Amino acid sequence: MRRPRPGVPSGGIDLKAAFPHLFWLVFGAAFVLSLWVAQVDPRLLVAGDARANVARFVRGMFPPDLSPAFLALMARPVVETIQISVAGTAIAILIGLPLGLLAASTLTWSGILHERRARAARALGFVPYAAARGLLSAFRSIPEFVWAFMFVRAVGLGPFPGVLAIGVAYGGILGKVYSEILEGVNPRPLETLQAGGAGRLAVVVYGVFPQALPAFISYTLYRWECAIRASAILGFVGAGGLGQQIELSMRMFDFHEVLTLLGILWLLVAAVDAISGLIRRAVVR
Amino acid sequence: MTGRAVTLLRRPRGSPWPWLTVGLLAALVGWSARGTGVEPAALVSGEAVGQMWAYASRLFPPDLSAPVLREAASGAVETFAISLVGTGLAVVIALPLAFVATRTLLFEGILYAREELGWRRYPRIALYALAKGVLNLLRTVPEIVWALIFVFAVGLGPFPGVLALGFHTGGVLGKLFGEVLEDVASEPLEALQAGGASRAAILAYGILPQALPQFLAYALYRWEVNIRAAAILGFVGAGGLGQRIHIAISLFLEHQLLTLILAIYLLVTLVDALSAWLRRRIL
Repeated sequence: MRRPRPGVPSGGIDLKAAFPHLFWLVFGAAFVLSLWVAQVDPRLLVAGDARANVARFVRGMFPPDLSPAFLALMARPVVETIQISVAGTAIAILIGLPLGLLAASTLTWSGILHERRARAARALGFVPYAAARGLLSAFRSIPEFVWAFMFVRAVGLGPFPGVLAIGVAYGGILGKVYSEILEGVNPRPLETLQAGGAGRLAVVVYGVFPQALPAFISYTLYRWECAIRASAILGFVGAGGLGQQIELSMRMFDFHEVLTLLGILWLLVAAVDAISGLIRRAVVR
Repeated sequence: MTGRAVTLLRRPRGSPWPWLTVGLLAALVGWSARGTGVEPAALVSGEAVGQMWAYASRLFPPDLSAPVLREAASGAVETFAISLVGTGLAVVIALPLAFVATRTLLFEGILYAREELGWRRYPRIALYALAKGVLNLLRTVPEIVWALIFVFAVGLGPFPGVLALGFHTGGVLGKLFGEVLEDVASEPLEALQAGGASRAAILAYGILPQALPQFLAYALYRWEVNIRAAAILGFVGAGGLGQRIHIAISLFLEHQLLTLILAIYLLVTLVDALSAWLRRRIL
């Protein structure tokens, strides 16, 4: 006889306890089905052709093309990649910050700031909140790659569409994260300020922002590192930078150049990593 | 984070660093904007917006006829499968590498406090460096380049997409898993050791219970990233919605393109929601 547990209907299934088992069951079934849908066939990897092709590819990469002429030619794309990532992240902040502020429920209609307001006023505050959330969702759920080729179609080839693509897509991501940071802020200082008679604006400026700022900066720097990698890839659809060079070299089957470019990309990411660490230490301590 | 609040505001009056940094950043942004042809004036008015509007109006309305919807649906299912198997493969690749790429598991820290490894340290350090190097390689090569490599190897279709995601994300997860393993709380480990537990027992009962939920959380987070990546890899022939989008663009089928984009949006939203829900249940 099962000992009766509080909250569990006797004779029924305890869903909470069964959850891990259910989860793994569903996951396992989905995984097996996916293996079939994705046409996974490990034998293809070891078939004669496959190994020869990969060997040819890898052998064709060494040695990397380190001729001064090529390296000098790659200087502009490297600079372009950096510029795309910076400009793109800047636009992303411009888009993400206002939308993120609106999409934070604790700033627009719920939580401490709005306890004393009338129902109608709060309902009114819900509208921009919902709109901002919807917009952010649309921006960030469409991969930047898709944004990039749409912008290429709209404004032409070059780095500009890349900047716009990163700006919009990362704007959506930044906005969502900003709103989550704002909502997760410690309410105690806010209550203290409010008890001291501070108005809503003062509570936000002196209570919410100081807590949120370090997390904002930290996450934005992390997004910039992602932006460098994204800028490189967006070049594949013609949005300038290293990606475009990698695509060109691959199309011409010059794998020595590809290896050099990958090496440059690696150095770039490592440098951005280091710089963002420096910035983080200088501003957020 | 809340303890480290108010930084810019609380610096000693004379400190120039925060303002210097802000100034430098502003200069960097200005330089980048000029270099990429971004002009604030042009953005808000005129040509660029006009062009974007013209393009956007060409996309509407979406093509919702049965054959197109079927293509979108099958593409979505394929992309979902690619992302799921790809992330699974990534975990399989990342786990062994992560364990070897953790100093505190191989040659340092609590597990080795009781005994002197002596000369046996060196092969372990070499192994550690090797694992870190492999993870670095897997991570640095962008998914799309991996996809091209695997398309060379096994042909077109969703399978190279799976492999590309698996290898690249394997590197990323390997690094994240390694960080989790190193940042594990040491008190439970010390307690187990004081009780006389062997290294394997400390690993199984001290480290793993702390690490596994975090592993799952990171895997779910990467699944969210991979559903977007899977959509993109199709561009180079690796199946899914990306491949269909590439076709739609090449053939100037703008209305079909919008349908496919809507499909990606729905798929990504679904996976994001699933992942967030699962993460809430684990942690």
